[in-house]
Amino acid sequence: MDSELPSRPLLKLAAIGTLAGVFSGLFGVGGGTVIVPLLIFWFGYGERLATGTSLAAIVLIGLLGALLQGGIYGNVHVGTGLLLSIPAIGGVVLGTAIQQRISQRAVSLLFAALLLGIAIELIL
Amino acid sequence: MNELLAILVAVAGGLAGGLVGVGGGVLFVPALTIFLGLNQVDAESTSLLMIVIVALVGAMRQSGYGNVNVRAGLVIGALSPLGVLIGVVVANTVSQRTLELAFAALALFVSFQLVRRALRLPA
Repeated sequence: MDSELPSRPLLKLAAIGTLAGVFSGLFGVGGGTVIVPLLIFWFGYGERLATGTSLAAIVLIGLLGALLQGGIYGNVHVGTGLLLSIPAIGGVVLGTAIQQRISQRAVSLLFAALLLGIAIELIL
Repeated sequence: MNELLAILVAVAGGLAGGLVGVGGGVLFVPALTIFLGLNQVDAESTSLLMIVIVALVGAMRQSGYGNVNVRAGLVIGALSPLGVLIGVVVANTVSQRTLELAFAALALFVSFQLVRRALRLPA
C-alpha cells in the first residue's frame, strides 16, 4: 500500500499549510515548528531552504492570525509589539547571517533542541 | 529591568527565527507575559504581530541568500486559513492541558526524527 501521505506536491503543500494553520490557531505560534520538519521530510529540502521558505510562509500565516485574533478579541498591543520587534529584527538578521556559516546538520540539531525545549515547557 | 529582559528575550526570539526558521513566538509570548505583564491571550495576539515583522525581515534576508522557495511559501501561507479556523475551534473545545501534552508528544517525536536523520547525514 502507498504511503498515506498525499502524493502530489500541491496537496502536500496544502497539507503543510493547513497543519501550520492549526498549530497557529491552537498555540498562537506562526507554524514554523510544523513547516520546517515537513519541508525536510516530505520534500527533501535542505535545512536552509526549509527554514527560509518557512519564514516566507509565516509572514502570511502570522498576518492572518494577527488579523483574526485582533478581530475576534481586539487585544493586539500594537505599540508594545512594534517596540519589541526592533530588538527581534536585530536577532533575526544576525540569526540568518550565522545560519549561512554553519552546517545544515547543525541547523537540524538546533531545531531538534528547540523542539525538545518546547516539549519540556509544554509538559511542565 | 523587566524591560531589559523582554528585549533580550526578543533578540533571542529573532535569533531563533533566523537560525531555524520559526517566527519566534515561542519566546515572544513568555517575554510579553512574564516581563511585560500581558495576559496569555493578549500576549499570543501581540506575538503574532511581532512574528509577521520578524518573519518578513528574515524571509527577505534568506531570499537574498537564495534560500526561499517563494511559490511553496506562498502556497503554504495561503492555504493556512482553514487550519487556523480548525485550530481556533479545537482550542475552544479540547482542554488546554490535553493540547499541551499532545503537542509535547509530537514535538518530542519530530525532534527525535530530526536527530536520527542528522546523525545519518555526512557532516
